[in-house]
Amino acid sequence: MKVNRFLGFVSVLLLAAFVAACSNQAATNEPSSPVEAAPTDAPAIGAPVAAATEAPAPAPTAAPQATTAPAAPTASGGSTLQTIKDRGELICGSNDQVPGFGSVDASGQTVGFDIDFCRALAAAIFGDPNKVTFRPLTAQERFTAVQSGEVDVLIRNTTNTLTRETVNGMDFAPTNFFDGQGIMVRKSDNLNTISDLDGATICVQSGTTTELNLADAFRAVGASFTPAVFEDANGTFSAYDAGQCDAVTTDKSGLASRRLSLSSPEDHVIMDVTLSKEPLAPAVLQGDAQWRDIVTWVIYGLFNAEEYGVTQANVQEQLSSDDPNIRRLLGVEGELGAGLGLDNDFMVKVISAVGNYGEIYDRHLGPNTPINIPRGPNAQYTDGGLIYGMPFR
Amino acid sequence: MAQLDNKLQPSKAIPFYRNVKVLALVAQIAFLLILGLLFWWLIGNMLSSLRRSNIPLSFDFLPQTAGFEIAESSIRYSATDSYGRAFLVGILNTLRIAVLGIILSTIFGIIIGIGRLSSNWLLRNLAGAYVELFRNTPLAVQLIFWFVAVILKLPRVRDAIAIDGIFALSNRGLTLAWPVAGESYAAWSIWFWVGLVVGVIAYVLRRQQLQRLDRPLVAWPVAWLAVLATWLVSWLGVWLFTGSSPLVIDQPHLSGFNYIGGVSITAAFFALLLGLTCYTAAFIAEIVRAGILAVSKGQREAAQALGFTPFQTMRLIIFPQALRVIIPPLTNQYLNLTKNSSLGILVSFPDLFFVTTTINNQSGRAVQVILIMMACYLAMSLLISLFANIYNSRMRLKER
Repeated sequence: MKVNRFLGFVSVLLLAAFVAACSNQAATNEPSSPVEAAPTDAPAIGAPVAAATEAPAPAPTAAPQATTAPAAPTASGGSTLQTIKDRGELICGSNDQVPGFGSVDASGQTVGFDIDFCRALAAAIFGDPNKVTFRPLTAQERFTAVQSGEVDVLIRNTTNTLTRETVNGMDFAPTNFFDGQGIMVRKSDNLNTISDLDGATICVQSGTTTELNLADAFRAVGASFTPAVFEDANGTFSAYDAGQCDAVTTDKSGLASRRLSLSSPEDHVIMDVTLSKEPLAPAVLQGDAQWRDIVTWVIYGLFNAEEYGVTQANVQEQLSSDDPNIRRLLGVEGELGAGLGLDNDFMVKVISAVGNYGEIYDRHLGPNTPINIPRGPNAQYTDGGLIYGMPFR
Repeated sequence: MAQLDNKLQPSKAIPFYRNVKVLALVAQIAFLLILGLLFWWLIGNMLSSLRRSNIPLSFDFLPQTAGFEIAESSIRYSATDSYGRAFLVGILNTLRIAVLGIILSTIFGIIIGIGRLSSNWLLRNLAGAYVELFRNTPLAVQLIFWFVAVILKLPRVRDAIAIDGIFALSNRGLTLAWPVAGESYAAWSIWFWVGLVVGVIAYVLRRQQLQRLDRPLVAWPVAWLAVLATWLVSWLGVWLFTGSSPLVIDQPHLSGFNYIGGVSITAAFFALLLGLTCYTAAFIAEIVRAGILAVSKGQREAAQALGFTPFQTMRLIIFPQALRVIIPPLTNQYLNLTKNSSLGILVSFPDLFFVTTTINNQSGRAVQVILIMMACYLAMSLLISLFANIYNSRMRLKER
C-alpha cells in the first residue's frame, strides 16, 4: 500500500521532470522566431487610431482579461484555414449594436453590411454563407478576441491604424468602408463648428479612436469639453438621448444609423465637420499570410464584381462571358482560387450568396434603407470613389 | 545489549519509502514542483504567444502620451498627460469612492441595524424590508437602476431643479455653492495653523487641569472651542483690516452648456456612491444586528436597573461590547465595497478598472496593464485589512 503510494509519487516526479525538460526545449527554441526583431515600441499614441464606436457584449466587465494567459494556438504558417475547415464553420467577430453595419433584426437574424462580408468569407470557404458564427464584441474586447484566436476574423467597423498593425498584432485587409468621425447635436442648439461646443459635455465610447480624435480636435481649436465616457454604444447613445450630453461622437456612419433609434430622430442633426479619417477594415491576426490573402482577395473580388457588372442575379450567365477579366474572376480560366487554398470558382459562390460590393452596400446602406448613406468615397474608382479592386490575374 | 538491539532493529527495518515523515516531505515537494511547473508553463505560453503576435512585454508605454480625456479627476489631468498619470487618476478616483462609500455605508448600516432591533413596529419592519431588498438583488442591477432609471431621468441641465446661486440638480449631477479662497486668503491662512497650535496647547492644559480636579479626562471639547475661537477672531480681524473676506462663496451659475462654479458631484459618481452605499449598508446592518444580539441580555437589564436611558444603554454599554463581534466581518464589507467599485464602468465612472480597460485598449499592453491593476487593488485591500486589524486589536477585550 505504502509502496504503491511512493511509486505514485516517483512517477509524478518523473513526469514533471519530463515535462520540464520538454518545455525547456520549447522555450529555448522559440526566441529566434521573427518576432523579436519586431518593433518593440510603437509610438502609437496621439496617432489617429482606430475607430469604431460601437460595442455589444452583454457581459461588459470581465471579458478582456481572459485573453492574457492561455493564448490559443493562433495563426502561424497557414493553419487558420485548416482550423476553420475542421471546425466546419467560420467564427466572425462582429458588431450587433449598429443597425446597417451589424445588428440583430426582428426575426433574430444577424444582418448588416459588415455581416455580409463574414457571410461572403463563409461562402468562399464552404460554399455556404450560413456556416458562420457571429461573436458580438465590444470595442474593448475586439483585439484580444483576435489575439487569443477566439475569432478567425474581425469585421466590426474597425479603423486601420499603425498602432493596431504593430502593437496590437493585427493584419488589416482592404478597407471595405471609408468613414470619418462626426458629431451629432440637437437641432435646437444651433451648433455649427467645434468651437461652438466649447464647454460642452460630449458622450463618447471608450477604447475607440474617436475618443482620441475628439481630444485632438478640441485641443487643435483650443476649446474644452467634458467627456462622458461609456463602455458600449447603447450606453453612450441612451445617455445622449436622455440629455446628459450636449453632443455625441462616433463615425458618421454610426451616427446616421444610431440617429434612427433615438426617441425623436428629426430633432438631431449631424454637424458638418469631420474629425478624422476612419478607414474601416476587416482584421486578422498577424502571422498567417494565406488566411490574410483569402480575406483580402474575397474583398477585392467583391469590388471587381461590381466593376465588371457581375451580380447575384446574373452570375450564372456570366460564367459564359467572353470578358477575360470576368472569366478569371469567376474561375472559368486560371487556377487563381487554388493559390489561396480555395476552389477556383470561390467568387461564384460568394457572389451567388451575397452579391457584389454595390449590392451589399445598397441592401444595408443604400437609398432604399432608412439609413441612406450616399456612396461618396465608397463609390467605385470609375465613379470618383476609392473602391478599387486589384486585378485577378 | 539485546534490549538495545531490539530498540534499534525496527527503525532500521523501516525503509525510507515507508517512513511517514519522508513520504510527507516528498509529497509536499512534489506538489510545490507541480504548482511551479504549472505557473512556469502558463507564463511561458503567454510569453511565447505574445512574441508570436509581435507584442512586446515592457512597461515603457507608461510615460507615453495617453491621448484620451477622463471625465473626472481629483488631480490635474488632460489628454496630453501620460498613461502613468491616467493610472494615478483611476487609483485616486477609486480611493475617493471607496473612502466615502465606507463612511456612508457604515453610518447607514449602523442606523438600519439598530432599527431592525427597535421596539417600534414600523421602524423595525421598514429596516427589515430595506435589508431584504438590497441584499437580495445584484449590485450591477442596482447600479444600472440608479443610473438609468433615477439619475438619467432627472431634468436636463437647462431645466435643472435649482435655487440660483445655491444648488442645481440635473442629470449631469449636483452643483453646490462652495467656499473658495478670496483676496485676503493668504493673509488669513497663517491663522489657520496658529489655530491648530492653540488647540493643541489648550488640550494639554485642560488635561492637566482635569487631572488635578480628578475628573474624567475629556479635554477635546475645550480644545476645539479654542481652535474655532482663534479662527473666528482672526477671520474677523483680517476682514476688518483688509476689507475683504478670506473665504468667499463660489455660486454656481449656468454658463453656456453647463453650470460653472461651486463644487460638483457628477452623475456617475453619485450613482456609484448611491449604489455601493445602499448595497453595503444592508450587509453592515445585519452585521451590526448580529453584534448587538451577541451581547448578553443581562448587560441591558443591568444598565436599565442602574437607570440608564435606552440611548445611554446602547451607546455606553451594548455597542462597545458589540464592536468586538462587529469589526472582523465589517472589514470584509469594506473590502467588498472597495472591490465592487470596479462596477463603476456600468455607470461611466472612471475608476481604476474603467481607466485601465481604456489604457489597455489604447496602448495594446493587455498583460502589463492588468498586472498593474491587480497590484493596485491588492495593495488597497491589504491596506484596508491592515488598518482594520490594528483597530480590531485595540478594541479586543484586554485581559490583564
